[in-house]
Amino acid sequence: MKKNTNLIILSVGLLAGLIAPLASGAGDPGFYLEVLLGGLMSGVLYSLVALGFVLIFKASGVFNFAQGAMVLFAALSVARMAEKMPLWAAMLLAIAIMVVLAFVIERLVLRPLVNQDPVVLLMATLGVTYFLNGFGQAVWGSDIYEINLGIAKEPVMILQSVFQGGVLINKDDVAAAVAAALLVILLALFFQKTKTGRALRAVADDHLAAQSIGIPLNRIWVIVWSIAGVVALVAGVIWGAKLGVQFSVSQVALKALPVVILGGFTSIPGAIVGGLIIGVGEKMAEVFLAPVAVKAFDLAGGGIENWFAYVLALLFLLVLPEGLFGEKHIDRV
Amino acid sequence: MSKNKHIGEVILGLEGISLAFGGVRALQNVSFDVREHEIRAIIGPNGAGKSSMLNVINGVYHPQEGTVFFHGAKRHDVNTHEAAEQGIARTFQNIALFKGMSVLDNIMTGRNLRMKSGLLAQAFRLPSAEREELQHREAVEQIIDFLEIQAYRRTPVGRLPYGLQKRVDLARALAMEPKLLLLDEPMAGMNVEEKQDMCRFILDVNDEFGTTIVLIEHDMGVVMDISDRVVVLDYGRKIGDGTPDEVRGNQAVIDAYLGVSH
Amino acid sequence: MLYRENGQFKTSYRADQQMLPILQDRIFMVLLLLFFFAGGPFIFSDYLFLSIIIPFLILALAAIGLNLLVGYCGQISIGHAAFMSVGAYAAYNLALRLPQLNFLVVLVLAGFIAALVGMLFGIPSLRIRGLYLAVATLAAQFFMDWTFARVKWFTNYAPSGSVSTATIDIFGWSVDTPVRKYLFLLAVVTVFALVAKNLVRGHMGRAWMAMRDMDVAAEVIGIRPVYAKLTAFAVSSFYVGVAGALWGFVYLGSWEPLAFDINLSLNLLFMIIIGGMGSILGSFFGAFFMVALPIVLNHMPGWLGIEMSTAMVSNLESMIFGALIIFFLIVEPQGLARLWAIGKEKLRLWPFPH
Repeated sequence: MKKNTNLIILSVGLLAGLIAPLASGAGDPGFYLEVLLGGLMSGVLYSLVALGFVLIFKASGVFNFAQGAMVLFAALSVARMAEKMPLWAAMLLAIAIMVVLAFVIERLVLRPLVNQDPVVLLMATLGVTYFLNGFGQAVWGSDIYEINLGIAKEPVMILQSVFQGGVLINKDDVAAAVAAALLVILLALFFQKTKTGRALRAVADDHLAAQSIGIPLNRIWVIVWSIAGVVALVAGVIWGAKLGVQFSVSQVALKALPVVILGGFTSIPGAIVGGLIIGVGEKMAEVFLAPVAVKAFDLAGGGIENWFAYVLALLFLLVLPEGLFGEKHIDRV
Repeated sequence: MSKNKHIGEVILGLEGISLAFGGVRALQNVSFDVREHEIRAIIGPNGAGKSSMLNVINGVYHPQEGTVFFHGAKRHDVNTHEAAEQGIARTFQNIALFKGMSVLDNIMTGRNLRMKSGLLAQAFRLPSAEREELQHREAVEQIIDFLEIQAYRRTPVGRLPYGLQKRVDLARALAMEPKLLLLDEPMAGMNVEEKQDMCRFILDVNDEFGTTIVLIEHDMGVVMDISDRVVVLDYGRKIGDGTPDEVRGNQAVIDAYLGVSH
Repeated sequence: MLYRENGQFKTSYRADQQMLPILQDRIFMVLLLLFFFAGGPFIFSDYLFLSIIIPFLILALAAIGLNLLVGYCGQISIGHAAFMSVGAYAAYNLALRLPQLNFLVVLVLAGFIAALVGMLFGIPSLRIRGLYLAVATLAAQFFMDWTFARVKWFTNYAPSGSVSTATIDIFGWSVDTPVRKYLFLLAVVTVFALVAKNLVRGHMGRAWMAMRDMDVAAEVIGIRPVYAKLTAFAVSSFYVGVAGALWGFVYLGSWEPLAFDINLSLNLLFMIIIGGMGSILGSFFGAFFMVALPIVLNHMPGWLGIEMSTAMVSNLESMIFGALIIFFLIVEPQGLARLWAIGKEKLRLWPFPH
C-alpha cells in the first residue's frame, strides 16, 4: 500500500540523517551524543506545546494557534506572581487563571464560530494570540522575567567512562524531560481510565454522536481547553525556567506546527514523537549540516534551525499528508 | 413522450465494472450500455450503487475491474476534468453549487472549458477577451431563458430555494454543452409542481439539444414516464435492464423494491 | 433618492457587464480619482503622505495580492511576506546589477521573479489544503527569511545584512519628494487594482472562486485545479512582489531581512480579514485600517488627555487587533467591504426603510 512505502522511505531518510553525522566522523561520539541529547531535550519542549494543540484539536476540531500565547501568558503569570508568593502558590493560581481563560475563549470565540471552516478558526485563534500578547504584556510587563525552579543550572558531566571527556547534560533539561513524561502518563491515564476522559475521546471522534448520547459539548470543551491550559503552563514554566520568560516564547507555538504535521493532528504519541524528531533534526542540522553549507555556499552564518523544521514538515506533507499517526481524511462526494 | 426521436448508436459502454471501498463492494460486475440521444434511468433501492456508477462514468471513482467504452474506444482511467473535457457533465445529489457566486457566475463557470483568452488579455480586458466574455454570456443567457431563471441572475445561489438551486445546477451542467449528461436525483426534495417543471426541462434538453441523459431517480412515475430504457441495480449488482415496461414486470426488480430478503 | 438605478436599463450584455454598472458609481469613481490625483498633492501634508498614505497604498497592493490567493481562490497563506521580500531583493539586485534598466522594467521583472518563487511554493497546494497548507506557507516565510539573511550575494555582501536603495528615476522624473512618491504609487496601484478587478470578472477569476467554493465540483465542470491554483499563486505573488519592491524602494529606502518577517505576513492576513476577503475594495479598507489604527492609538491619549506609555499603546494595539479579528470573523466574515455594500444597499432605498 502506498502509505506503507512512503512510511518506509521516510523512516529510512530520517535514520540516514540521524546516523550520517556519526558515520562521517564530523565529531567524536561523545559530542554526537551531547548534540543528540540536546536535541531530545528541546524536542521535549516542542512536544509539550504540541500536546496542547493536539488535545484541543482532538476534542473540538479547533486548531489553537493561540497555544503559544497561552504558554507565554501562563509563564508570565507564574513568573510575576512568584515574586510575591511561593512558587507552588503561583502555579496553582496560574492554573486557575488558565481555566478562566479557557472558559472565556470557549464562550467568546469558539462557540460563535462552531460550524466554520478550520481556516477561519485558525485565524480566530490568531486573533486570540494577538490579544493575549498585548494583554499579557500590559498586565505583567514586557521585560524578561525569571522563573526559579530551584534546580541547579550548571551542567553535569556523565558517562565519563564510556566517552572520552564525558557527555555534558543540563540538570534542568533532565527535570523537564521527567516532568513531561509524567504529564504524558497522567494524561494517558486520564483519557483511558476516567469517565471524563472517555467522554473527551467520544467527542473527539464524533461531536454529534457524543451530543446525542448526552455528553455536554460545551462543558467538555471548557475541560479540554483547561487541560490544554495546564499543559501550556507546564511547558511555559519549564521553558521559562530555562530561558527566562519573554515575548519570544510565543514563537515556540509556530515551531510546534511542524510537530503536529509530523505526528498527526489527533495523536498524542504523535505529538511526542514528532516533537523529538523535530528537536533532534533541528539540532543535528544546525550543528553538523550548517558548517558544511556555510563553507559550500559561502553563507553568512548558520541559522538553518530557523526553517529546518518547516521544510521537514513540508516534505512530510507531500509524502504522508496525514502525519505519522494521523487519520486519513476521505472526501465524500 | 416522443417515441419518434432517433436513438443512435451506443456511445457509452460499461463492462464488468466492479468498485470497492476497502471492504465495501459498491458495484459488482455491472455491465450496460447507453445509446446516443436516449434517456437512460438507473434505479434501485438506497445503497444499490447508483451514485457510484455515475461517479465511475465521470471519473470521480476508478473501478478496480471492468472497462469503460466511450464513443467506441476503450477509455483508460480519467479524472473528473478529463471527463469534462470529453463532454461528460453531471449534477449532484447535494447540489454542488459555488455558494460564493451569483447564479449567472455559477452558470458561466460551466463555460470555462471553452473560454480560451489568456491571462494578459483578461487582465487588460482586451477586445478579444471582452468579445469572448460576451459570446459566452449569450450562450448562458439562452440557458437561463430555457430554464426560466432570468429573475435570479444576480442572486447569490445560497439564497435561492432548493428547487431553484437544482435548476441552476442543471443550467451549469448544460452550459458545458455536454454530449452525455449525468443527473443524480434531479428531483429529490421537490414538490409535485417542481417535479413537473424539471421533467419538462429534462425532456426539452433531450429533445432540443439531443443530449444523451443518464439519470438516477427514485420517483417511479417520473422514471417510467420519461426514460427510454432503465437499468436496475441492487446491492451493487445489475438485476434488470430494458424498457420501462420490461423492467416493471421483472420479478427480481419487484422483489428488490419490496425488500424480499436474499 | 440620489442613488437610484431608475431609468438605467441595460440594453446589451456589454453594458450589463461593466465594472461599474450604476451611473452614480461611475461618477463617484471619476470624482474620486480626480480628487486623489489632482487634489491630493495640494490637500495632503507631507506628514500625511509619509506616515499614512504611502504605506497605505503599498500595503493595499500587497493586500490585493493576498486577497486574490486567499479571498478569491481560497488557498491559505500565512507566509506571504516572503514573496514581498523576494520582490524587494529582486528589485534591489536588478537595479544594482543592471542599472541601465528603467525602474518600471525592474518592478515588473521583480514581480515575475516573485511570481516564479510563489508558484514554486504553491506546488504543495496541489496536494494539501487548509491548515496543512498554512504550515507549508510558513516554510516559505522562514526559508526566505534565512536566504536573504545568509546568502550574501543577495545583499551584495553587505556586512550588516542591510541594503539601501537609490532614489527611483523614471525617464528623468525623480521620485524623491513625498508628493512625487504619492503620485507614482497612486498610478501604479490604480492600474494594478483595475487589472485585479478585470481578472476576477473574467473566467480566470471564476475558476479561482470555483476552486474556493467547492474544488471537487470545479474539477467536474472541467476546471483544471493545477492551473487554477498555480496561476492564483503566481498572480498573487506578482502583486505582492511588486508591493515588496515598492515597500523597499519608495517607503523604506533601506531595510534588513527581518523587514519582511512573519509579523508582516500576519498583518497582511488581518488586513484582508478586516477589510473583506474576496473583495478588491476590501483590501483597501483593510490596509487603511491597519495603517491608521496605530497612528490613531498613538494620538488618542493626547486627545483624551490621558497619560500612556508607548509600550502600553503597542499592547493596546495588539489587543484591539486581536479583538477585531475575532469580532469580524464572528459578526461579519466578509469584513468592512460587506458593511460598505450594506450601506450602499440602504442608500439605494433611502429615504425608504425597505
